[in-house]
Parts: sequence; C-alpha cells; structure tokens
Amino acid sequence: MQLTNRSKQVSNKEMTFAERIYLPAIATGLGITIKHFFQKKVTISYPEVKTNLGPVFRGRHVLKRDDQGRERCTACGLCAVACPAEAISMVAAERQKGEETLYREEKYAAVYEINMLRCIFCGLCEEACPKQAIYLRHDEFVPVFTERDQVIWGKDKLAEDMNNRYLRKAWTREEAHEQDIKGISAQPRTQL
Amino acid sequence: MTFSIDVAFIIKAIIILLIFAITLLIATYSTYAERKVAAFIQDRIGPNRAGPFGLLQPIADAVKMFFKEDFIPSQANKWLFILGPCLSMLTALMTSAVIPFGDSVKYEAAPGKVWDVAVQAIDVNIGILYVFGIVSLGVYGIMVGGWASNNKFSLLGAIRAASQNISYEISMGLAIVAILMMTGSLSIRHIVEQQHGGNWNIFYQPLGFIIFITCAFAECNRTPFDLPECETELIGGYHTEYSSMKLGFYLFAEYINMFVSSAMIASLYFGGYNYPGMDWVQAKLIGATGEITGHNLATLVGTLVFFGKALFFVFFYMWVRWTLPRFRYDQLMNLGWKGLIPLAIVNIILTGGAILYLKPLVISLLK
Repeated sequence: MQLTNRSKQVSNKEMTFAERIYLPAIATGLGITIKHFFQKKVTISYPEVKTNLGPVFRGRHVLKRDDQGRERCTACGLCAVACPAEAISMVAAERQKGEETLYREEKYAAVYEINMLRCIFCGLCEEACPKQAIYLRHDEFVPVFTERDQVIWGKDKLAEDMNNRYLRKAWTREEAHEQDIKGISAQPRTQL
Repeated sequence: MTFSIDVAFIIKAIIILLIFAITLLIATYSTYAERKVAAFIQDRIGPNRAGPFGLLQPIADAVKMFFKEDFIPSQANKWLFILGPCLSMLTALMTSAVIPFGDSVKYEAAPGKVWDVAVQAIDVNIGILYVFGIVSLGVYGIMVGGWASNNKFSLLGAIRAASQNISYEISMGLAIVAILMMTGSLSIRHIVEQQHGGNWNIFYQPLGFIIFITCAFAECNRTPFDLPECETELIGGYHTEYSSMKLGFYLFAEYINMFVSSAMIASLYFGGYNYPGMDWVQAKLIGATGEITGHNLATLVGTLVFFGKALFFVFFYMWVRWTLPRFRYDQLMNLGWKGLIPLAIVNIILTGGAILYLKPLVISLLK
C-alpha cells in the first residue's frame, strides 16, 4: 500500500570497482568539506555581536512612563494575576499632593518587583495591562546575574529612563516585514 | 681541536633540543588546529576566547589538565596504569630522532676547516627500521594502559588498537619496501637526498603512497580508523579510565604521532626538504652572502619547506577526520588484509619489474 509518494526504490546492486575502492568517493567528500572550510561562518559571537531578534521578541521588562515622564502603572494587580509563574508582586499607594508629575493616576505602585528567576517571559503581563504600563523589550535581554540580591528587580531597574526611551518599530513580524519592504526608517509607529 | 669538537657537540645539542621543542610545540598547536579545522569545516568559528584568535587555548587546556583530579581506579594495576601513558609519550617522542628536518649547517671551526652538521638528531643507516620499531612499540602504551584499567571497554579498545596496528604495519612495511628497492638505502637522509629538486618519490610510487598514507591513518588511530577510542561504541576506548595529565599524555602522543608520520610521508614521498629550483636558490644565496652563510640560509629555506609539507599533511589528517565516518571493524580488517596487503605486494612486483626492464630502457633512450 502506498501511503505517500515519497518512497524510494532501494537497490541492492553490486558496487562498481570505482565505488569499491572508496577513493573517488573520499575525494568528493574532501572537496565538500574544503568548500565549507572557506565558506562564511554562521556563528554569531554573541557578547560582541548582537543580532536583531525581531519585533516580537520578549526580553527584559520595562515600566513605561507617559510623555511627561509620569509612571503609567496604577498598581491594579492584573499583571500579577495574569502571571503564570507568579513572578510579579507590588504594593499600591495613594498619590499625595505634589506628586502629580511623578504618577499619572491617583493610585500608583510604591513597590513593583519581578522575580527574574521565576519569570518565563511569556508576555501575559504585557497583554493584561490596561494602562499599557509594562512591556517586554524586544531589544534587550535580562543580563546575566550571579548573586541572589540581583534576582528580584525593583522599580529602580524596571522604570523607563526618560533619556533613553523604549520605542518599538513594529508590533508583529508581518508589520516589520512590510516596513522593511517600504523602507520606512526605525521611527516608531505608535508613541507608547 | 677539542674546542671545535665541543662546538660541534653544542650545535648538535641545540639541533636536538630544537627538534624536541618544535615537535612538542607543533603537537600542542595541533590540538588547537584540530579544533579550528573542525569548526571551519562545520561552518563554525572555533575557540577564540583565550588570547587573540584563541591562540592561548592549548595552554589553557594544559593548565586545566594539570589541575584535574588524577584518579586511579581501585581495581586497576597501579604501576601499569601509570606506565601506559608514559610509554605512549616516550615512543611518540623517540621517532622524531631520525627524521632529516633539513640539509646541514656549516660553520668554520678554524680557518680552512669547515664543519658540516646535519639538521637531524641522529643519522642512522637503518632510519626506517628504527621508526618502524619504535612505532610498533607505541602500541604497548595503549595495550598496557587499556589492560591495566581493569575495564571491559578499555580492554576492547586496547585489543582493537593492537590488532589494527599489527595488520596495518604489514602493508605499511610492504609499501616502504618498494621505496627501498628504488633507493637501495634504509637511511631516511639518503632517501631524501635521492629526491633532489622535484624528483620526488610520489611520481614513481603513487600506489605505494596511497597504501602508506592509509596505513599511517590506521597507525595513528585517526578517523576513519579510530576504532580503539571510538566514543560511540567504547566510551573512550583505551583511555576511558584516564584523567588529568595521564589522559593528556595519551592525547598528546596521538598528535605527536600525527606530526611524525606527516614528516615521514613528507620525507619518503614528497622529497623532504627538497623543492624544485633549490639549486638555483642555493646558488643565489651563496652568491649574495658567501659560501657558508649562503649554504646555511639555503638549509633554512629547505627546513621551512619541509615543515610546510609536514604541516600540510597534519592538516590533511584533520581534513580527513572531519570528512569521513568511522569504518566498521570487519571493514577495517577486510581493507587491511584483503585490500592493502595484496595491493602492496603488487606494488612491489610492479616496482621490481620497472627497475629491471623499464629503467635500462629509459636510460638507453636518454642516451
């Protein structure tokens, strides 16, 4: 019974003299390997060379601020609920008078911590967030850490640096591909 | 007079030390080259972290080897276990003694008295026999180590090594016999001198060369004949139980053997330090810098040519290793006994016939 039409007829024919003395086959093989010897190498020397991981890569987290530099997070806890690894924890606080330049809404996260040993970088927090406050960067990893006190990241590490804002060119692979075809420069489509 | 003898002694000592050091250095960097060649053939970059281009990698490896725990299994025969790698290393190093690395170094001991020191540790008139003797002793290192480990896999690897070396030594010897018939000498220096210029043995003995190089691969336990240590079947073969620098010695001995056999191939079939146009180079150098200096410079060029040839064959070893898969054990034995030995005998007969009938014909035609 024929299941696919990919089957190949196996032959058990006697090897010819040229095949039996191996040498022509060995010479062919040596030719193939020496060709690869001079070919371009595929290795990326990671710490020195970084490749573009694509627009949908989920790297380290960032707590976004709005245009005036105010934190967007309102400590609603939806990200913590969505997190399958239970890596996120936070303490909410009420905005005091005079803090309007720091926090956008009346409630904010006084403490916002992500345990980087627990995080699985699934991006569900990003999807759960109603205030578009947390994102997983597509261009940066969580750097290597070797000490216990580097495991839990607080707001000092997570909050966005206004001098070096996180911008994203595209939101899907198709979108990035379209932009590449049209030759649009790395301008962000949406101001986050 | 005693002064000049002392100088000759010192020059000889320097040459011997240099050959020793260079052999070790080349073996050290062969490990690096092996990894680089492997990487390049597999489209990778290879070691590049220790030093520029990873050039300090062999040193890092050696340091690692020395700091590893030196473990001897409790059921192993302790003295034989230690003796194994020592024997391997010793025999590997001894073979380089008779290889002519270059022509000769001349110096003027006294006015009008010129001494000629060959660039070779010792020029014995049974050089090839010496090499064969030492190489066949080399299997004892593997055999002793594999047996002393008290481990089935080690023993299997050692037995494989022994039977493989015995089988392939025969056809290797028979391939050499054809060369000896042509040159009429067992001294490697004589054989090299007869290949003056571009008159290399490879043009007269292509079949013998193929037999010889195949056997050399088997003798060095290199792929496609690396059955004594095939990881996929025998874990590590004869050196399964070895650790630390003892393992290092085994691996190192393999690379020394590789270099020495490459040097042997270069001097037996590819003219050693001879290269086309060497007379012209020597005449030019003597004309430019004088009799003695010119000769010494020409010797240096010849030595470099020799190393170039030898290193090419070291590269060839690696090239083949990353091209061919391992032979099955019965294929190995079939090839050795039913393939190469009859072929080598045919080669001897052909060479004898050519010397008897073809050579006088060619000579009379040339007249």
